[in-house]
Amino acid sequence: MELWFTERHTPNVNFSIKVDHQLYSGNSEFQRIDVFDSKEFGRFLTLDGYMMLTEKDEFIYHEMITHVPMAVHPNPKNILVIGAGDGGVVRELTRYPSVESIDLVEIDELVVEICKKYLPATACRFDDPRVHVYYEDGVKFIRRCNDQYDVIIVDSTDPFGPGEGLFTKEFYGSCFKALRDDGIMVNQHESPFYDEDAAAMQRSHKRIVESFPISKVYQAHIPTYPSGHWLFGFASKKYHPTNDYNGTKWSMLGIKTRYYNPRLHTGAFALPCYVEELLKDVE
Amino acid sequence: MADLSQTNAPIYEALRKFRRMRVVPFDVPGHKRGRGNMELTEFLGEDCMNVDVNSMKPLDNLCHPVSVIKDAEELAAEAFGAANAFFVVGGTTSAVQSMIMYACKEGDKIIMPRNVHRSAINALILTGAVPVYVNPDVNRKLGIALGMSVAQVEQAILDNPDAKAIMVNNPTYYGICSDLKRITELAHAHGMLVLVDEAHGTHFYFGENFPVTAMAAGADCASVSMHKSGGSLTQSSFLLLGKNINADYMRQVINLTQTTSASYLLLSSLDISRKRLALGGREIFAQTVEMAEYARSEINDIGGYYAYSRELVNGDSIFDFDVSKLSIYTLPIGLAGIEVYDLLRDEYDIQIEFGDIGNVLAYISVGDRKRDIERLISALAEIKRRFGKSGSDMLTQEYISPVVAETPRKAFYAQKCSLPLEETSGEVCSEFVMCYPPGIPILAPGELITDEIIEYIKYAKEKGCQMTGTEDINIERLNVLDF
Repeated sequence: MELWFTERHTPNVNFSIKVDHQLYSGNSEFQRIDVFDSKEFGRFLTLDGYMMLTEKDEFIYHEMITHVPMAVHPNPKNILVIGAGDGGVVRELTRYPSVESIDLVEIDELVVEICKKYLPATACRFDDPRVHVYYEDGVKFIRRCNDQYDVIIVDSTDPFGPGEGLFTKEFYGSCFKALRDDGIMVNQHESPFYDEDAAAMQRSHKRIVESFPISKVYQAHIPTYPSGHWLFGFASKKYHPTNDYNGTKWSMLGIKTRYYNPRLHTGAFALPCYVEELLKDVE
Repeated sequence: MADLSQTNAPIYEALRKFRRMRVVPFDVPGHKRGRGNMELTEFLGEDCMNVDVNSMKPLDNLCHPVSVIKDAEELAAEAFGAANAFFVVGGTTSAVQSMIMYACKEGDKIIMPRNVHRSAINALILTGAVPVYVNPDVNRKLGIALGMSVAQVEQAILDNPDAKAIMVNNPTYYGICSDLKRITELAHAHGMLVLVDEAHGTHFYFGENFPVTAMAAGADCASVSMHKSGGSLTQSSFLLLGKNINADYMRQVINLTQTTSASYLLLSSLDISRKRLALGGREIFAQTVEMAEYARSEINDIGGYYAYSRELVNGDSIFDFDVSKLSIYTLPIGLAGIEVYDLLRDEYDIQIEFGDIGNVLAYISVGDRKRDIERLISALAEIKRRFGKSGSDMLTQEYISPVVAETPRKAFYAQKCSLPLEETSGEVCSEFVMCYPPGIPILAPGELITDEIIEYIKYAKEKGCQMTGTEDINIERLNVLDF
């Protein structure tokens, strides 16, 4: 018997992982949630059939979306995380002793429950007293926030489905308003590789550029996402992601990572020519 | 149709049966189930092209229905509580024109509010009927025309006892309702027909706690845009008749202007939508209202904006309010409604129904998702943050009482000449000028042009309203009567 999970990356490209067995399948008010076990990638979570994380490569995504802004901001105390029901971003954030509060806004309570049950390696720090979880639409939550966060991390799904509101200009504008004068917003920025993903990436970048004075993009290699070439957006009111970055200071914190490091931080902002062009087209 | 119920959709069922028979077409349409126009078929889908067929025995004929269309019309009449119902494929415009053409011949008077849709005034051009305008009450703060006040209607009736009919616009685009029952009683007591433009009121027939429907109020005719809140395809509507209207004569009137090749896409969409509303309308519209109420409270929470509702009700010219409508007054944030309308589209990729000088209207329906409502609210909050300013120098006046110098028909067909807009003051206009949407004329054929109107047109143009109706596409010149 062979059981395979297949995600369509484009109408002409499929990505498959051989499944050992399925642990959970269910529908929430918002989406279908599945958890599988596999030999190659360990346990993995999919939403509406789209890969969210695998045990084998989730560290890349979670370290890159978290440590980059946390290392640039000189004193991040109040953090807002939108999406991220799997707990991976919270896990990384709780490693910073200076952080005073982490508000996590996830639309789908069932995702958090399922991750706590089946993915304890990522959903492991929800009980940290600094973490407050709100089960709400992120677009709605942030509408009422003013000048109160140092860092906002937008760990969204894709620009269609329940997460599509997190790729809109009204949302980025609300984030700007919710950040303090030196605040930073980082977001999951899709892939530049396949045409459709690249178009979504450009749309998202255009909207961020129009909302923030500093808007840069950095990359990471994430094997289980379409094309493996993934981008993150770094939008900021004051700090430049590399010019205002003090790698030594971050190293002194002694946070042990498997992907992120100060040399990679600077390097991640050096983009391939075709990606630079895609970005320039909408700037 | 003894064995039919609201669970049936006779036209839809006949089309499905017809499709299974795989009949070889040697009739129109010439695309022959789409095979003759593959690009169109790929775009619209094979299923769609397959039922774009001609009238024929098994599918009946809209001009003279004897089988499935007749059954479907009877089911629709039952669902709407009407004595008769007609499927209309030329939009509610066609339904409005038919009811006016039924009621009035050349020279007959018809009492109507001036803030009618252009389709009603077009019908006056076609028939030569003479309008007796009742100026709608106006809410000065919001700058919107309201319903008809009963006292004014009564006065118009007493002044014009020879009028043949009264037309009521209910609800208005903004959701405002007149006292339809009392207006109907008054009209009937004086032997006049009551025609209701109910384009925005389909849901009143199926939801709970909505304002009274034209048929329930005892009106004689109602034009209902099923394609607005009812979910059918654009251009499909119902014309509903009360018990005192001769349905067979009405069919002849409709056939004066309606196509003889009615689209089965439109007909089946009416049939299926009627079934859906009859069976599930109560829940559907409860959800719609819940979303509208939620959006209203969140928008009012932003500050500046005013999303109004039942609190406006004054027992007369705002006899009731349609709470499924999301009308928002924008002037306090220093932006004209049309500016907010443009910003929503250009900055936030959100298309709303319309913006006028002081208001915007977002159309809420069962097709909306909670997350899209959140986007709309957030975008409005962002527009206020990014573009808001002091609202002191904003023009609020929206409704200008017209001075009727000629009947619309005479003015439309008269000798005319074209003048630059600035030089038209004191002249009689021979064409329409309106913002579209909502399509309510600022000037109609036969009305006197005043300085106030010229200023209003210039202001609306400057704010970016989409102006239509004139021969000169840029609205720099107007056609006026050449005496």
